[in-house]
Amino acid sequence: MTPPADAALLVIVPAFNEEQAVGRVVREIQAVWPAIPVLVIDDCSTDGTARVARDAGAAVLSLPHHLGLGGAVQAGYKLAYELGYQYVIRVDGDGQHDPRDIPRLYEALRTSGCQMVIGSRYLDGDENRTSLLRLAGTKFFRLVLRPILGKTVRDPTSGFVGVNRAALEVFSKSFPLEYPEIEALVVLQRRRFDFVEVPCRMRPRLAGKSTITAVKSIYYIVHVLLGVFVNILKFEHRLWKR
Amino acid sequence: MDRLTNFMTGFSLLLILLVLRSVRRAHIRVEYSVSWLSAALVLLAISRSPWALEQIAALTGIADAPLALVFAVGCLFLIVFYRFSIVISDLKDANIALAQRVAILEYRLYEGHGRRQSQAAR
Ligand SMILES: Nc1nc2c(ncn2[C@@H]2O[C@H](COP(=O)(O)OP(=O)(O)OP(=O)(O)O)[C@@H](O)[C@H]2O)c(=O)[nH]1
Ligand SMILES: [Mg+2]
Repeated sequence: MTPPADAALLVIVPAFNEEQAVGRVVREIQAVWPAIPVLVIDDCSTDGTARVARDAGAAVLSLPHHLGLGGAVQAGYKLAYELGYQYVIRVDGDGQHDPRDIPRLYEALRTSGCQMVIGSRYLDGDENRTSLLRLAGTKFFRLVLRPILGKTVRDPTSGFVGVNRAALEVFSKSFPLEYPEIEALVVLQRRRFDFVEVPCRMRPRLAGKSTITAVKSIYYIVHVLLGVFVNILKFEHRLWKR
Repeated sequence: MDRLTNFMTGFSLLLILLVLRSVRRAHIRVEYSVSWLSAALVLLAISRSPWALEQIAALTGIADAPLALVFAVGCLFLIVFYRFSIVISDLKDANIALAQRVAILEYRLYEGHGRRQSQAAR
């Protein structure tokens, strides 16, 4: 596939203490399309994440203090929007997303007419490779989101996500701070935007450790559920005021 | 009963003094001292007025006047905490936006410039 023209596509990589993995992630992205601009968003890491990313050839957006994943991703969206990019694809800095899937996401962004494209690890029915905890959470949120979104999202927690400029505009104004993926779907749906899922490979993380633990999972579920309903109420309220 | 109301009077006076001192030393901004001072003043008034205490007891259905006092104190401070949650959330929102803006400005100042230079060199 032909690489995107200038200012068409930006790849953003949120990273927090990922010096072991982020260099390879950046190089893998550039191996797909050498001229592609890669922006690593360093969420005030305490290790050499920013340096490693720069050495690998990425531009680095350095947050002055730790914001959390959503705050970091939103910073990337804001910058991309201001610089006039048409599409933004987010790739995790831990190496779990395979950059070779980027062209497929990009293709879907341009041709599907959807504002958002999700790289989904479950589309080909491969559900036994993920941890039990994650699968349980995924199934739970599929059930919760179905009536809200009006269709099933197979992999609602996927961070391998592409957005077009319309979604970029929405997200630079309103984006969840902590666990953004599921809430972002609701934010988009409230504006009658659509998404499509594209099958993707997910790999075990290259280095470092997952942020998911048992206690955090419960906090995660409560937090995200609240976020989902707050987003629904907020938007209904705004519609009602008009 | 008397001991409790006396204690509450002392406590609210102490609170008022403490807050005023902090405001004077600029540890608390005047805007945020208002919640504390009004809470402390109400507390002071209740603890000095048996009539007010009886009203609260009758209103809440708490037969025991001291218990009504404790209940009133609890409610008062919940309201103060609620107000502070709002203040903290506003602060956090502003802080996130600010941090993102600083990062973006810094990026455009340095990285954006560097990239333009390297493009020009090509
Ligand atoms: N900016 C920022 N990025 C973060 C933060 N926490 C995690 N990340 C990044 O977000 C991506 C996903 O984080 P993970 O901890 O791998 O979460 P996950 O992929 O949902 O969970 P796993 O399946 O366990 O890997 C990685 O690129 C992390 O570097 C954070 O607090 N701030
Ligand atoms: Mg991960």
